[in-house]
Amino acid sequence: MISTENVSFHYTAGSEVLQNVNLEIKDGEFVAIMGENGAGKTTLVKMFNGLLKPSEGAVLVDGVNTREKSVAQLSRDVGLIFQNPDHQLFAETVAEELAFSLRNFGFKEDTIQKRVTSLLTTLDLKRYEKSPPFVLSGGERKRVALAAVLAWDPKHVVMDEPTIGQDYLQKDHLRNFIVQIISQGKTVVIVTHDVEFVAECKPRVVLLSRGKIIADGPSAQILTNEQVVEQASLVMPQIASLMKNLKNLNPPPNIIDAYSARRFLSGKLKGELEARAPAQRR
Amino acid sequence: MPAIEAKNLSFTYAGAEKPSMEDVNLSIEKGEFVILTGPSGCGKTTLCRCLNGLIPNFYSGELRGGLLVDALNVDGRSTAELATHVGFVFQNPENQLFSLSVERDVAFGLENLGVAKEEAILRVNWAMKATGIFDLRNKAPYELSGGQQQRAAIAGVLAMHPSVLVLDEPTSFLDPKSAEEIVQIIAKLSRELQLTTLLVEHRLDVVSRYANRVVVMDNGKIALNGTPREVYNDKARLIGIGLPKVTMLFHLLRKDGFDVNNPITIEEASVELKRLLPQ
Repeated sequence: MISTENVSFHYTAGSEVLQNVNLEIKDGEFVAIMGENGAGKTTLVKMFNGLLKPSEGAVLVDGVNTREKSVAQLSRDVGLIFQNPDHQLFAETVAEELAFSLRNFGFKEDTIQKRVTSLLTTLDLKRYEKSPPFVLSGGERKRVALAAVLAWDPKHVVMDEPTIGQDYLQKDHLRNFIVQIISQGKTVVIVTHDVEFVAECKPRVVLLSRGKIIADGPSAQILTNEQVVEQASLVMPQIASLMKNLKNLNPPPNIIDAYSARRFLSGKLKGELEARAPAQRR
Repeated sequence: MPAIEAKNLSFTYAGAEKPSMEDVNLSIEKGEFVILTGPSGCGKTTLCRCLNGLIPNFYSGELRGGLLVDALNVDGRSTAELATHVGFVFQNPENQLFSLSVERDVAFGLENLGVAKEEAILRVNWAMKATGIFDLRNKAPYELSGGQQQRAAIAGVLAMHPSVLVLDEPTSFLDPKSAEEIVQIIAKLSRELQLTTLLVEHRLDVVSRYANRVVVMDNGKIALNGTPREVYNDKARLIGIGLPKVTMLFHLLRKDGFDVNNPITIEEASVELKRLLPQ
């Protein structure tokens, strides 16, 4: 579990980046932290592995205050994947990149080889095994950064803006991959402003605006709340806006993705056709 | 005379086994607003690099075929010369801004070209007003929000008076509201200045309503080319294009056997559903 207790943070006194943030993320949960540019999202997740320590309040990882552990110790349990993969890639080959931290953590060489091979396959990077990471595309480098962190099997995985620069198919793969690691019992926290990605994955949404949590709940509930969506500089998912325009049809609340909308509208359209059919026969 | 005309354009990066772009034929008229999309690695970026001369000036490899921009043959021109014809806006504005004030940043390109001071001042002021950042002119770029930074980057390019604007995923680092504002500004400039616009984008939900044409690349070739309504079909879906969610919904309804149209925007989808499902 990752929890924050009355966390405030400032780089310079007086301008608070985070104010009184209270948050509890349970093991195995899938959480999206959303909000406008500069809302404090990245600052918040950098506290989860101890890169930043709160100016006031406390962050607890599995019950232990992050002030009492080093970043290296915390990283063993909390894997943070940066927004910009170039901030964490440096090895000569992709395989080396994946093995680096495992060697640091003192894993045995045959375990290292097994894990590296398995991750290269899962994240569709096998063909780049011997390539230097910097020749890969932006999206591919992001996958290498993710694999490098997953290599040491942290309990909690935190991804900062994982969908930027990814095309639709890669986003689909990412979504399946997240589902897969959650089913292994890992906690997944993503920082994102990609409302359509969230509408498809349906994590719990924590909405930050100007350093404060302004809403916290199921994505279908938060992303259909016009007031908080506006406040956090987001827009509603397209399907949610469409349903709002069709409120005379009484759609069930909380439809935010195309597949749920299809079920509702298919039913309505079928009903309409059947109602018309007898009239036409007469 | 088209603003952009590519004829059998191919490029193979030095050391690569196969071309990144192959036999591209594309003609874009002045004032068109075109979305260029396709899966990662499909050749979009390579095509854009040809338009402003980064290929072949800065990327070595084998370039074949012809490319005219603004009636100029791109091959053999310097990027400096091309910069007054083709403006380029990158994904991350931080890579484009570096001066101590917004005004200096917007003026940078003109100073490099040696434009006379009076003329430069006029152009810089005009560009800052057109992008809505005139009031921010004395601020440092790092004091601006992401959306304001991207406007400053666009202003710097506009000041050069290009006739073609190429934007490579200009909104992907922005929150959705700032992203929408940027796309609206681009669309307005494109319309009012008859500025030919080529927008590289994956997030078709945000941009489709403004475009008169969508070009889809796949495996280095142009796979689809037409109005958004023509292009957003089954083939686009199979290539892996992320159709706008309302377009996707109507695709699913057609699969369920309903005779519905192919909307591009939320408004079009609402009108069609209200027609089919009267109260």
